[in-house]
Formats: sequence, C-alpha cells, structure tokens
Amino acid sequence: MANPERVITDGAANMISRVEELAYELTIGEVMSRELKTIAPGTKMGDVMETFRQARISGAPVVSNGVLIGIVSLEDLIRALRESNIEAPVGEYMTRQVMTVNGASPLIEALKVFEQRHIGRLPVVDDNNKLAGIITKGDITSGVMRALQYDYQEEEVRKYRARHLFEDIISDRTSLTLRYKIKHGEFAHGGNASSHIKKALLRLGASPQIARRCGIAIYEAEMNLIIHSTNGGMIRIEIEPNQILMETLDDGPGIADIALAMTPGYSTAPDSIRELGFGAGMGLKNIHRCVDDMYLDSAPGRGTRLEMRIYMQSEEQLGETNHANTTRDH
Amino acid sequence: MKLTELVQIIDGMVLTKGVNLNRDVLGGCGADLMSDVLAYSQPDAVLLTGLCTMQVVRTAMMADVAAIIFVRDKQPNDDIVQLANREKIPLISTVHGMFEVCGRLHCAGLRSLEHAYDEG
Repeated sequence: MANPERVITDGAANMISRVEELAYELTIGEVMSRELKTIAPGTKMGDVMETFRQARISGAPVVSNGVLIGIVSLEDLIRALRESNIEAPVGEYMTRQVMTVNGASPLIEALKVFEQRHIGRLPVVDDNNKLAGIITKGDITSGVMRALQYDYQEEEVRKYRARHLFEDIISDRTSLTLRYKIKHGEFAHGGNASSHIKKALLRLGASPQIARRCGIAIYEAEMNLIIHSTNGGMIRIEIEPNQILMETLDDGPGIADIALAMTPGYSTAPDSIRELGFGAGMGLKNIHRCVDDMYLDSAPGRGTRLEMRIYMQSEEQLGETNHANTTRDH
Repeated sequence: MKLTELVQIIDGMVLTKGVNLNRDVLGGCGADLMSDVLAYSQPDAVLLTGLCTMQVVRTAMMADVAAIIFVRDKQPNDDIVQLANREKIPLISTVHGMFEVCGRLHCAGLRSLEHAYDEG
C-alpha cells in the first residue's frame, strides 16, 4: 500500500503527469510485442508447456486459420496438470471469450482493461479483427520508459542549448533577434508567429508568467497587423538576458488619435473581425496591461510602430548569462 | 476537477484525439470575445465559448487555457481540431448553452478564474 506520508516532489509530479499524458498519446500498436508465439487449437497441453518454457512466456493466443479463437495461460496449464490431462488439446483448456484491444487505440484503453479484469496479457487486433500482436503490463512499462527517455533527452538538449546561448559569447551587449513577416488579412494564421515566440521564450528559460505576458501582448499586436495594416508588417523580438523588446512595424494607414485608440471599447475594426472574437477595442489596453513599457508611434499616412518591453526579475535571466549584474538600459 | 469528470457533468463530447483528459482544471472562464479571455482569464482555466474559430485555440495557447468547451453544439472544423491535437489542448463540445454549462460547473464546485474588470 502506498504510504500516505510520501512526499511527491515537483519533479516527480511532472513525471507522473507526463506518464499520464503518454498513456493517451502512445497507441497500443506502438508498444505491443509483434513477435508472438501463437498456438494451434489441436496442440497438446504438454507441448504448450514446452513452448512456454522455451520462449519464457506465460501465455499465448490460440489461432485457427489466422483467426483468434482463444488464449491459453499458465493457469490453464496448471489445471491440465492437476487433472493429469496434459495430452488434451489446447481447445479444451483455453479461455474462449477473449478480451481484445485495437492497436490504434491509445494505451489508456489497455491499462483500463488490465485494471478491471486482472489479466496479464491482451491480444491486439487490427481494424479487420486480425491478430496483430500481444500486449502485457511489461510492454506498457517499457514502452512508456522509452518514450519518456526520448522526450527527456530531446527537450533537455534543446533547452540546454537555448539557455546557454548567451553564455560563451563575449560582447558588451548580446541579444537574440527573431523576425516574423505578417501578411494583411491572413486570419487563419493569426497567432502563428506569437505561438512560436512564446515557445522560444520558454525554451530560453523564461518563466511561464513572463512567457504568458509576452504571448498575450504579441498576439494582440499580431492580430492588429493582420486587421489594420495595408501591406502586412513585421514583428521583431529582441531578447536580452535582462529584457525582452517586442516590436511591430507596418506602413499601413496609421492612427490619427492615439489616445482614442487606447480607449477600451474604441475600435475601427469591421464586423468580420468581430466575428473572429477580436476588434472589440480591447487590444491595446490588453497589451498595456501585460508589458512593463509600451510606446506607440503612429500618424496618418506614416504607418505604425508599437514597442513593448518586459523586464526580467534579476533572478530569472534569459540564457543564463554569467554576468548576473548587467545593468538595465531603462 | 478532472477533465473526465467535467465532460460527464456537461454531457460533453471530446473532439481531440490523444490529448490527456486525466488532468485537473482549476476553474473556468466564459467569453466569446478573445481579447476578454486574454485580458481576464487566469492560467489553467477551462474556456467556455460560443466562438468556433482557429483564434480560440491560438488564444488558449497564449493564455495557458487548460481546455476549450464549445457551447450550444458548435463544431470546429478539421483545421481547428488538428491544431488543438498538435498543441495538446483538449476540445470538448456540448449541446447546452453558455449559462447552463457555467451553472452546472459552478454547482459542481468549479470556481471562476476570471478577473473582475479593473482600470489597470
């Protein structure tokens, strides 16, 4: 029984939820054993025993003309032995009503059956009900371990590289610049650049709170480019260990009255934009709420430049530089 | 509240495949205006909405939304479902309306994760 006093660390909790996720992400087909011993219904129980011993297995599906008709396990074998009947054919002792699972189903389906039925193995069938493999609890454990290790290595390598990006580069002021071109009117891709930016910041070691604030601000700004620019525009993100500068630039119609544009509820967006859930005049206000500094430069006919800055807390520097006491420019 | 439990309470249908439903949601937030979600929702909320566009999923990604519930039987198109699958954001649809779904979840103990409006 699990000890109720057991302390689960944050790291362990993360692993638990990742394992849970994998139970939904991996399919049964991905972790099952494909090389399986099948047994013909006429085989004698004594020969089954020999097969089990040689293959070091404790159960096998019984197949007749490619069709699964039952399953035979050590328990069946013990019954035959107790009744001194090992000359009997498998058909007499096997379990006929066999639970099967589909190889395309998520792993969780197999886990549920194991939990409810207290059985050791489950034949896996394809969409045409043909036997494709067999899955045991051991297969699930090793499949999940493989996936976890793969995940872990891949993400750790990426994060390590990203976090140490600034470390070995010597300059008076190092920064990383990301640029994205945004097309006017491309609503289907609205938010694409912003999601890349948010992911990049997380990989560089930004806290979820900082990444969320940046993500929300740049998403509103990206939607503004899509909605209000004429020829589209540009997003430019400059990441430094101690601050993130996000900028959008366009050569569109410009804003005549910036104070009015900042007023919650004021919008020039057409109804088609409102149907997308935007254009209600909350965007600039939202941006203002999320960033530490915001500067909007625009005039009719001159286009628009929006500058947004978020400063890191001193303990959470991006890219983990050695120069922990770099001064702020602002 | 576990998402699996939530799906039962609202007679929901899960539209995403291979996305973890065994996770906890801390509360809820209801809006059709995505800017309101971005402005007033807190992380790990389920989002109840009558809007059914790609922007709902994008907004969810930015605002760290735990799952999206489309009310009044709104059915997202394949592109939307695929994006949600890729980003691992569960999509759930229900035939019930916004008020009904909010009410059921609130009665079942799910709290609000919406900030009240403030001048800041």
